[in-house]
Amino acid sequence: MTVIKTKINRRSFLKTSALAGGGIVIGFNWGCTPADMARPEASAWYEVNAFLTIADNGEVTIMSPNPEIGQNIKTSMPMIVAEELDVNWEDVIVKQAPLNTESFTRQVAGGSQSIRSSWTILRTAGATARKLLINTAAKEWQVDPSGITTENGVVKYGKMTMTYGELAAKAVMEEIPEEVELKDPKDFKIIGQAKKNVDLDGIITGEPLFGLDFKREGMVYAAAMRPPAFGTKLKSFDDSDARAVNGVSDVVQFGNKIAVIANSTWAAMKGKNALKAEWERDGKLENTTDHDRQLLRMLDTPEKEPRRNDGNVRRAFANADKVIERVYEAPFLPHNTMEPMNFFADVTDTKAELIGPIQTPQWTQGRVAQLLGREAADVTIDMTRMGGGFGRRLYGDFALEVAEISDKIRKPVKLVFSREDDMTAGTYRPASKYKFRAAIKNGKIDGYHLTGSGVNSGNVTRQNWFPAGGIENYKVETHNLRSNITTGAWRAPITNFLAIAEQSFFDEVAAEIGMDAVQLRLDILERAKNNPVGEIDYEPEKMIGVIKLAAEKAGWGNAPSGISHGFSCYYSHNTYVAEVAHVTNASGGPKVARVTCAVDCGIVINPDAAINQVQGGVVDGVGHAMYGDFSFVNGTPQASNFDKYRLIRAKEAPEVDVHFVESLNDPTGLGEPSLPPAGGAVANAIAKATGNRLYKIPFIKEEIVFG
Amino acid sequence: MPVYSINVNGKSRQVDVDADTPLLWVLRDTLDLVGTKFGCGIAQCGACTVHLNGNAVRSCSLPVSTIGDNEITTIEGLSENGDHPVQSAWREHDVPQCGYCQAGQMMNAAAFLSRNSNPSDEDIENAMHGNICRCATYNKIKAAVKTAATNM
Repeated sequence: MTVIKTKINRRSFLKTSALAGGGIVIGFNWGCTPADMARPEASAWYEVNAFLTIADNGEVTIMSPNPEIGQNIKTSMPMIVAEELDVNWEDVIVKQAPLNTESFTRQVAGGSQSIRSSWTILRTAGATARKLLINTAAKEWQVDPSGITTENGVVKYGKMTMTYGELAAKAVMEEIPEEVELKDPKDFKIIGQAKKNVDLDGIITGEPLFGLDFKREGMVYAAAMRPPAFGTKLKSFDDSDARAVNGVSDVVQFGNKIAVIANSTWAAMKGKNALKAEWERDGKLENTTDHDRQLLRMLDTPEKEPRRNDGNVRRAFANADKVIERVYEAPFLPHNTMEPMNFFADVTDTKAELIGPIQTPQWTQGRVAQLLGREAADVTIDMTRMGGGFGRRLYGDFALEVAEISDKIRKPVKLVFSREDDMTAGTYRPASKYKFRAAIKNGKIDGYHLTGSGVNSGNVTRQNWFPAGGIENYKVETHNLRSNITTGAWRAPITNFLAIAEQSFFDEVAAEIGMDAVQLRLDILERAKNNPVGEIDYEPEKMIGVIKLAAEKAGWGNAPSGISHGFSCYYSHNTYVAEVAHVTNASGGPKVARVTCAVDCGIVINPDAAINQVQGGVVDGVGHAMYGDFSFVNGTPQASNFDKYRLIRAKEAPEVDVHFVESLNDPTGLGEPSLPPAGGAVANAIAKATGNRLYKIPFIKEEIVFG
Repeated sequence: MPVYSINVNGKSRQVDVDADTPLLWVLRDTLDLVGTKFGCGIAQCGACTVHLNGNAVRSCSLPVSTIGDNEITTIEGLSENGDHPVQSAWREHDVPQCGYCQAGQMMNAAAFLSRNSNPSDEDIENAMHGNICRCATYNKIKAAVKTAATNM
C-alpha cells in the first residue's frame, strides 16, 4: 500500500462545479450498460472532485482529462480512477473533460505519456473519493473509519452497508482527506482486465464523435488555399469564379492564404478549386535531391562537440581487424490521419470558442489568444475524438487558421482540409540519414561510431540509449540541416527511423563476425548491465527480458522451412520492445507474414486495448518502412493523395502476436514504442530470406528484392 | 438548385443540392448522417463506403444526380439497434482504435459477406484491401470479419 498526500483541495470542488456548468459540447458518451437494469434513474449528481461525480443511484461519472486519439485513454484513464474508487466498471459513465488547466495537468496526447504521467494523479483522485465516502459513513454510523471497508460501490462495517449513491450527498460536505492509501497492485480488479472502448457503440453505429462531425446552428464551412510550394507566398488572386460557385458566400484572404466560405463542405471545396492565385518566391525552393546530397556530406563531417565520446574511438578503429561501415536513409513522411485536419471556431467580440480534434489543447488556447489579441480565459478549446493524430494534431495550425477566419467573418465556421490540403500542408517527419561504423577486434565490437544527420531535427541520435554502456570505445555525432519545409513529431519521433538503421546495422555486424544476432545484442547488454561504460539512460535488464521473451515466443533459431526470421529490439517512451519478423519469400517477392512482439511497459491497464495498440504500432512500422515515400521538387510535395501515396493495407499487414512481460511496475508508454523496432526486424528477415540488405526507406523501391 | 429525391435507409429524402454534389456530402452536410466519413475524396481509402442496392460503393465519388431510385444504406441504417452481425463482431473484437475508418470498414465487410458467407482468409484480405485503417487495426478487422461470417 502506498500512502499519498492528496492535492485535491476544497477549491477544486468549486472548480468542478464551474466546469460541469460549462458542459461538454459533443455530448454524453454512455460508457457501459448498467449492470442492474432495474436501477432507478439518477435524480441528483454530486461532484466529488474534478475527476468524478457520483449519482444518488450509485452511478459514477468519470472525466477523462486527456485528448482521445485512438490510444484508448478515454477508457484506460477512467479505469484507473474506478479501480481506486472501488466501483463496478458497469456503473461508470465516461465523459471527455474540457480543457481545464486548474483541475487537470498535462492535457496532452503525445510522447506516449498520458498514462505514465497521470498514473498517480488518477489513482489519488479515486482513492481520495473512496476515503471521503468511508469518512462520511464513519460519521453516520459513529464508528472508527479504519474498520470500514468498501466493495464495488458499497461501504461496509460489520453488517452495516451503505452505497456510494446513498452517501454522496453528505460526502461532498465533508472535509477532503489529507492522506490516502493507494491499493496494492496485486489487489487490482479493474486494471489488468479487458474493458471495451467506452465509445465503441458510438463508433459502430456512426454517431457524431469526431471533429469533422461537429455542427452548430448557423455554422458555415471554409476551405483554404495555401501556398503550393514551401518558399512561396501569395502574390495576387482572382476570386470571381469562386464567388460564382453556388453556395459560396465569401472569400477572405488571411496571411498568405485564401479561405472560401460556403454553406456546405462541397461548395467550399469547389470554390477553393475555382480560385485563381499567383504565387511568388519568398525563400528557397528546396529539392529532395539537394537534401540527400547535403545530409550525406554531413555524415562525413565531424561534430564540433560529439554527443558522446567514450574511450578512444580513433585508436579502436586504427587497431581494428576489420571495419564495418553502412549508411541508412529515410525520407520525409506525412502523417495521413484518416480524418483530415479540421476545426470549428466561433469568434465574437467577447470570446473565441474552438472545438475539434487537437492533441495539445492548452498550447493551442494560448496561441489562439495571442493571435487574436485576447486573454487566454476568453478562449475555450473543447476536444472531440480524433480520427488519428500520429503527431500531426500536436501543432494546432488548423485551429489558428479557423480562429483567424472566424475572427474575420464573425460567424461560427468549420474549416475542412481536403486530403490534398492535408498531405501538402503537413508538418512532416523529417528526412534523416545515419552512418554506422564498427571496429571489430578478435571477433568483438571494440569501437562504435554513429553519425546522424536530419532536416530540422536537432539531435537525430539517442546517445545514451543502447548500445551506450555496452561498448568500450563509443562515439555519437549529429548534424542538423535547416529547411523551410515544416517538420515535426511523427509517431516515435527520431527513433521511428533511428531504430530501423541501428537494428539493421547490428544484424549486419553479427553476420560479418559470424555471431547469432540475438546473442550479439545480449552480450552488449550484459556488459552495459554489469559494468557500464559511462552513464546510460535505459535499463539493460529490461531489454534483456523482452529479447529473451520474443526469441522464445518466435522460436528464434528454429525458423520453419520457407520462413526467415529477423530480429530487432528498441527502447523508447520508457518501454522495452523486442520483435521477430517472420518473412516468406515465395513468387512475388518477400512478404511479412507475422511479427512476434514482446513488450515491457510495466502494468498493463487494459490488455485487449494494449494488444490493439501494439499490433497497430507494429503494422504501422512495417507499412511505413515498406512504402513510406515523400519528396519535394522546387518546394512542392510530390504526392497529394492516396493514389500517389501508399499506405499499408489488409493484404500486406502481418499478423502480430503480442506478449507482455508480467510486471507490477508503474505503467510506461504504449502508443509509440512498438513502432520503432518493426522496420529493422523486417529488413533483417528480408536480408536473411533474399541475401539482399535494404538501406533505404521505402524498401519496396529496392528492385533487386521486390522486382 | 434542383431537388433530388433519394432513398436513404429506407426513407425517401428530398435534397436541394447541385447535381455534382457527391453523395458523401449530401449525407453528411444535408441529411446530418455523419457516420459516413470523408477520407480522400477520390475513392482510394474506403472511409466513405455505403451500400447502393446492397453493393459497397464509395460515396465520395458518386454524384447525387446519378443515384436515381437506387437504395442507399449508411452505417446509421445498417441495423436498427446496432446489432448487424458485422457490428456485433466489431463490438466483440473491440476493433477500433481512433475509429474513424471503421464505418467504411463495416459497410464494406457487410456487403462482402452478404455475397460470400463462407470466405477464406485470402477472400477476406482481398475484400478488405480497399479500406485503409491508418491505426492499422487490420488484425482485429480480419478477425471480426471472420466472426461476422459465422454469424451471418
